[in-house]
Parts: sequence; C-alpha cells; structure tokens
Amino acid sequence: MDDTRVMLITGTRKGIGRWLVEHYAEQGLMVIGCSRGEKTFDHANYRHYTLDVADENQVRSMFSDIRKTDKRLDVLINNAGTASMNHSILTPSKTVRKILETNTLGTFLFCREAAKLMKKRGFGRIVNFGTVATPLKLEGEAAYAASKAAVLTLTQIFAREFAEMGITVNAVGPSPILTDLIRSVPEERIQAILQRQAIPRFGEFRDVLNVIEFFIQPESDFVTGQTIFLGGVS
Amino acid sequence: MTDISEIYETIYEAIDEFHASKGEGVLEKSPETILFGAGSALDSMGLVDLIVTIEQSLEDKLDVVITLTDERAVSRKNSPFRTVEALAQYIHLLMKEQPDG
Repeated sequence: MDDTRVMLITGTRKGIGRWLVEHYAEQGLMVIGCSRGEKTFDHANYRHYTLDVADENQVRSMFSDIRKTDKRLDVLINNAGTASMNHSILTPSKTVRKILETNTLGTFLFCREAAKLMKKRGFGRIVNFGTVATPLKLEGEAAYAASKAAVLTLTQIFAREFAEMGITVNAVGPSPILTDLIRSVPEERIQAILQRQAIPRFGEFRDVLNVIEFFIQPESDFVTGQTIFLGGVS
Repeated sequence: MTDISEIYETIYEAIDEFHASKGEGVLEKSPETILFGAGSALDSMGLVDLIVTIEQSLEDKLDVVITLTDERAVSRKNSPFRTVEALAQYIHLLMKEQPDG
C-alpha cells in the first residue's frame, strides 16, 4: 500500500501557498493545490485544481476526485484568503461578501469535506489561517479581521467535533508578511502594526512553516483548537 | 435518469459498509428503518458516519456528487433523514435538480 502522505493546500497560485507547495512537494508529500487561477508550479508530486474555494459544487467535485485518485488526505492547510484594507464606511457590501465567502465560507467547506475524507483513516491534521488583525482590532480591516475571527471560532468548534475522528484542527495567525495581501497598505501603517508586536519585524514564510510543522507532526495529537499568533501578538 | 430502486440499493450497500466499519449491525435494510429522531438506533455521530458513507457510495456507484447536508435537510418539517424511504426520495429529488439530472 502506498504510504505517501497527501496534503491539500488552498490558495497556491502565489505567496505563501505557492511557497508551501514547493516546500512540501520537495519533501516527498503528494501535494494538491487549488486557486482561482491556473497553476504556476509543476512538480511530479503536485496536482492543481482551478476553482473558487467558496463554490460548494466545485469543492465537492474536487474532494470526490481526491478520494478516488489519492484514497486519503492527511493534511489540509486552509491558506486561501483575500483582504481589503479600507475604512468600514467606505467598504461596499460586495467587498464584505467576497471576503466572508473566500475566508470564512471557503474554510468551512474545506474543513467539512476534509473531515469526511480523513475520518475513514482516523487521522487528519487541519491548519487554518487567522491573522493578527483580529486580536489587534486593526482599524481599516473590519471585514478581513471579522472573517478571520470567524475562522478562529470555526477552528475551536471543529476541533471538538472532529476530535473523535482523530482529526486535529488548529490555526496560525501570521503577522504582516511581505506578500500581495498587504501590497496596497501604506508603509507607515504597516510600521505602526509592527510596533504593536512583541517582536517588531516582518514575518517570513519560514515563521508560518514552523507553526504548521508543529501542528501537523504526529506527536501533536493532543494539540487541537489552538491558535498561535506570530510576532508575540496575543 | 437514475431509478429510485438504484438509490435504495446504494443506501443498502452503504448500510453494509457502515456496519462493517462499526463491527456491528444495528440498521435493518428496509424503507421503514428510522435513521434520525425517536426510534433511531443511531446516535448523532452514527448518523454523520452513515450520511458520509452514503454520499461516497453515490459517487462510486452512481457517479453523482451531491451534498446531503442541504439546508432543506435540517429545515424541513419532516426531515429527509427520518427514514430510509425519506432519504431515498430526498436523494432522488436532489439528483433530478442536478444540471444533467
């Protein structure tokens, strides 16, 4: 029986998702990625699906394909996310809806479908993505921070619902990292956020990877429902 | 179009698989078997297990991908999870609603 671990990562076209795909494909895992755009990475251990994480039918079809093709899923990393930095009074409802659909509904659907697949083997690791914008209550990020606050609540409740299936559910809350997500945020604003961290520097992909590695290792089977914020934010 | 008898057959196969995974048989393969609510032999986790097994059996046997946790499943006065017969009819309805149904 093939014992290759299978990992699913969302939002893999660019940024940290793309970086994680490369990292884990090189580590020898079978990595499955998805994004709204076409794949930007080729590897013998990588397969890509083009979809919207909030489209239930597309998500269900992808999981059906994974079940038939790979027969298992060991790890889910819910990285896909979108943000809009703007004063709430200037934020259109369409933007709020899009943020909630991608960040919150997308996370919900992927956790639900992953649990169906993972429960068969009685093992699974799910890592969701929060943000320091939630505990820092950042002005100008109301919709984004709220959508991620919901992700943290989902993480805590899924942790309880999935525990008896052998599935742990945790979250990492990155501090600002130099990716497209914060490209439109003014420099002085980013610096002000960094100064509110215990360790006032930009986060790096390796910082996020470090937390993911901790959550997904077999020895972490007694760690669930937790969120680790980077940079000393709490 | 899938005949409802094929849906019953798929549900019964899923019940067999469910029993095999549990190591015990608690559900009779009959349209009247109660799955949810008073009189059911399943606890809430058992119902979740069975529903997931049926979804996957529908994919494998009938090549149809549907989500049984449709909002109507929990909002209907008479839950489609109540009995095997109600569930079969509900699946039949969902399949008819599919674009190529």
